[in-house]
Amino acid sequence: MIRVAVQADDFDLAAEAAALERTGAGAVVTFTGIVRDVAGGLRWMEIEHYPAMTRSALEGIAAQAAERWSLTGATVIHRYGSLAPGARIMMVATASAHRRAAFEAADFLMDYLKSRAPFWKKEVREDGADWVAAKDDDEAALGRW
Amino acid sequence: MTLDVLYFAWLRERIGLGREVVETEAATVADLVAELRAREGRYDLAFADMGAVRVAVDQELTELTAPLAGVREVAFFPPMTGG
Repeated sequence: MIRVAVQADDFDLAAEAAALERTGAGAVVTFTGIVRDVAGGLRWMEIEHYPAMTRSALEGIAAQAAERWSLTGATVIHRYGSLAPGARIMMVATASAHRRAAFEAADFLMDYLKSRAPFWKKEVREDGADWVAAKDDDEAALGRW
Repeated sequence: MTLDVLYFAWLRERIGLGREVVETEAATVADLVAELRAREGRYDLAFADMGAVRVAVDQELTELTAPLAGVREVAFFPPMTGG
């Protein structure tokens, strides 16, 4: 059971996790990404995406995870639009019979989602706005898999 | 051929639009970039550092060497920053 959603609205983390608990799993791992005010003065984070591609890219990444690990379910939800500090940006949840597969699949999903899903973040601060630069570490992290 | 060409993030801002229809006989993505750069300064500036530009052809990530025969949509954008 793979569920992928790209939406402006917030999501219900508890309901998403509970749905995965009902897949016959022995372990559910969830990860939530939150808008963080790194340097101070952040008004909001603007998240742009490529609508025609985003969903298929996320589905492709989730399908790869389902091939590599024995999962009873996986959920990927990513928001777009203007998100205030403290707001949820995205979540990944994985369910499996055993914890190791669930942890590893969630880690894999996050690594791929950071560098291979067509989202771009812009920090809008009191003194200006800047696109968030991709980190070399994020690209290098794909080499782990 | 007629292509839909899309720009995202700072490429969209530098070029000043998110989508346009381009008539071209370019054989590859790289040829298309050369044609666009020759048009106007804003394109030349946006594509000045191709190491910072990623491309998708018909919604699939690919390389600058990718052929354009039969393609409908080309998108240019910076490295992705999801998550």
